[in-house]
Amino acid sequence: MTERIYIFKRFERFWHWSQAALIIFLMVTALDLHGTMTVFGFADAVVYHRTAAWTLVGLWVFAIFWHLTTGEWRQYVPTMTNVTAMIRYYLSGILKNAPHPHRQTQLQKHNPLQRLAYLFILAVVSPLIWTTGWLLMFYGSLGDWGLGWLTLEWIAVGHTIGAFLMLIFLIAHVYLITAGATPTSHLKAMITGWEETH
Amino acid sequence: MGKIMHSTISLTATALLAGCLFLAGGGSAEAALPKTTTADHGKFKELQRDFATGPEVTKACLSCHTEAAEQVHRTKHWTWEFINTENNQKLGKKNVLNNFCISIPQNTPFCTTCHVGYGWKDSSFDFSNQELVDCLVCHDTTGTYKKIPGTGGMAFGKDVELPPGSGRIVKGVDLGMIARDVGKTSRDTCGSCHFYGGGGDGVKHGDLDSSMAAPDTDLDVHMDALGLDFTCGTCHATSSHDVPGSRYTPTAKDTGGAHMRGKQAEGGNPATCVACHDTTPHKTGAHAERLNHHAGTVACQTCHIPEFARGGVATKMAWDWSTAGERDAQGKQIVRRDEKGKIIYESRKGDFVLGTNVKPEYRWFNGEITYTLLDDKIDPTHQPIGINRINGSASDGKSLIWPMKIMRGKQPYDADNMNLVTPHTAGDDDYGYWKNLNWAKAIESGMKDSGMPFSGKFDFVSTEMYWPITHMVAPKDKALACVECHAREGRLAGIDGIYLFAQHNNRWVDSIGWTLVVLTLLGVMGHGLIRIVTRKKS
Repeated sequence: MTERIYIFKRFERFWHWSQAALIIFLMVTALDLHGTMTVFGFADAVVYHRTAAWTLVGLWVFAIFWHLTTGEWRQYVPTMTNVTAMIRYYLSGILKNAPHPHRQTQLQKHNPLQRLAYLFILAVVSPLIWTTGWLLMFYGSLGDWGLGWLTLEWIAVGHTIGAFLMLIFLIAHVYLITAGATPTSHLKAMITGWEETH
Repeated sequence: MGKIMHSTISLTATALLAGCLFLAGGGSAEAALPKTTTADHGKFKELQRDFATGPEVTKACLSCHTEAAEQVHRTKHWTWEFINTENNQKLGKKNVLNNFCISIPQNTPFCTTCHVGYGWKDSSFDFSNQELVDCLVCHDTTGTYKKIPGTGGMAFGKDVELPPGSGRIVKGVDLGMIARDVGKTSRDTCGSCHFYGGGGDGVKHGDLDSSMAAPDTDLDVHMDALGLDFTCGTCHATSSHDVPGSRYTPTAKDTGGAHMRGKQAEGGNPATCVACHDTTPHKTGAHAERLNHHAGTVACQTCHIPEFARGGVATKMAWDWSTAGERDAQGKQIVRRDEKGKIIYESRKGDFVLGTNVKPEYRWFNGEITYTLLDDKIDPTHQPIGINRINGSASDGKSLIWPMKIMRGKQPYDADNMNLVTPHTAGDDDYGYWKNLNWAKAIESGMKDSGMPFSGKFDFVSTEMYWPITHMVAPKDKALACVECHAREGRLAGIDGIYLFAQHNNRWVDSIGWTLVVLTLLGVMGHGLIRIVTRKKS
């Protein structure tokens, strides 16, 4: 009988999946807006992208409130302990069926690499996307805010860089779902809340 | 109320144009609608007679409308002269050149068929004579009025032999009947000249041709004959016979907002889109705010006139005079037509390129236009020569991105004196190019009329001329889709000073970004593959 531990609470799972859906949808509509390919067509994509972005803002309001009130924000406090162990595990241990160096607990849901990655997303990528996204939404008013010197091009370039970083994160993130105790244990945990550990 | 009257007039004339029975169509419609005017010209005793010539009619008009002729005398419809106060250029039809039929002075009696007067054949024309004002060309409602080419736009009430002794009879029109039925201007009266600029239907403007006499909604949402039924005067709201809306000093960016009653005193051009629609015209829909923001960069016309020459009438897009002069084996002039039967070559004119449903080209435009006039030196090493050059930029705060018809041509210039020339084209004499196909003679004679020297040496230069597009406004559901510009090779490709989503992506960000995405993808796939292989082994 494997050991099970309740990691992700109901709100957390709801937040995660709805955020995932919104971010993927934002990326798909971004393909239209970036001229990469036609999915919805430019005009509809503009409306969808905005709507999804505002929905995500709403979701984040709840998520931030939840993190603050539950103290869960501490999950993202970075630590260098065991970072090298994690890197070694991903580079070789995982190939040899070595045990996972991180022991998940409710107080430490994320392994040290995850913490660093998520902190990077929270502290760098998200602010970049949010700031530039807001500037784009209110581009017409920038002059009134004393931000008229910001060119549309630089805001858009910043937004695009953020989008690429988010896409790269998404690819790695989706792959690492399979790097749990069993290839599906992480996925199950994010659906049911219960993670199977070693 | 005004609208009912407008519809009566234009529908009547439209019916005529369409070849319908005037009495059946127009007559019954008029009978059904109450008159909105307070004066029935049919009851005026001054008009209960026949008139032999146009000036006789004008004399009768002036007996009541005492100030009308003087008002007309002050307009460029009469003087064909216009001083651009911004750069002091002396413009007007009399002075400018173009790259269609090139110029007026030496072809006056033909060109002045469209002068709002009678008998301007040469410099002896008396511009102060009130009776030479042509009232009927603008106020005819019957569609039967005619001005005769070659006579300086004369109108005759009875058959006349022209020229005298030639045996050629020009049929007169019933000037009395026309005078008794005058009314407001209409699409047909304005169109009788403005649709045919450049010598034929739709030739010059691209957004004005005979299809605009009775357009449907798709062709022009305002002028739609069965809808809003605007006449030209609805927008070009005229007072004292001075029609607003100038091609020499256009309003490129109207920041004045919609015109309120009483605000006219402050000036401003009533013919702009903004004059009615204000500067934030988009009120509903998910894109309203964004589109209003666009309106600070892009002229309304850019999105709302997706193509010009949409009514089925072709416009001339290019005219190459340098190929004119071919003769067939018998020495006769040649005409070549395209598969649709439209003329694309004439010995007397050269090669044409025609266009229908033409996508405009786009330029920053602030309303400032500089013409290359006859006494301006040109530099043939920098072709094309701008017959007119437009100003505008992303940064001057006065410009919007405008749709343009850019007429391209090749026309003669004086290869020694380095100026454009005014060849004498029309006319039954020994100099006119159209009859004789001899450039040297035609240019010499034309330049003499213009009072300019001609070295005797001529060649051809490429020229271009800008025509801002502003008519043929499509209904909103036919306006340009976002993707027409927001695409890799969108319509505004090449316009500087703007950042267009989906077009102006940063190449470095894109290259590095996609490379990293692919590397990440390959990385996780490789890692996964190794895991699968090693797992099987163990």
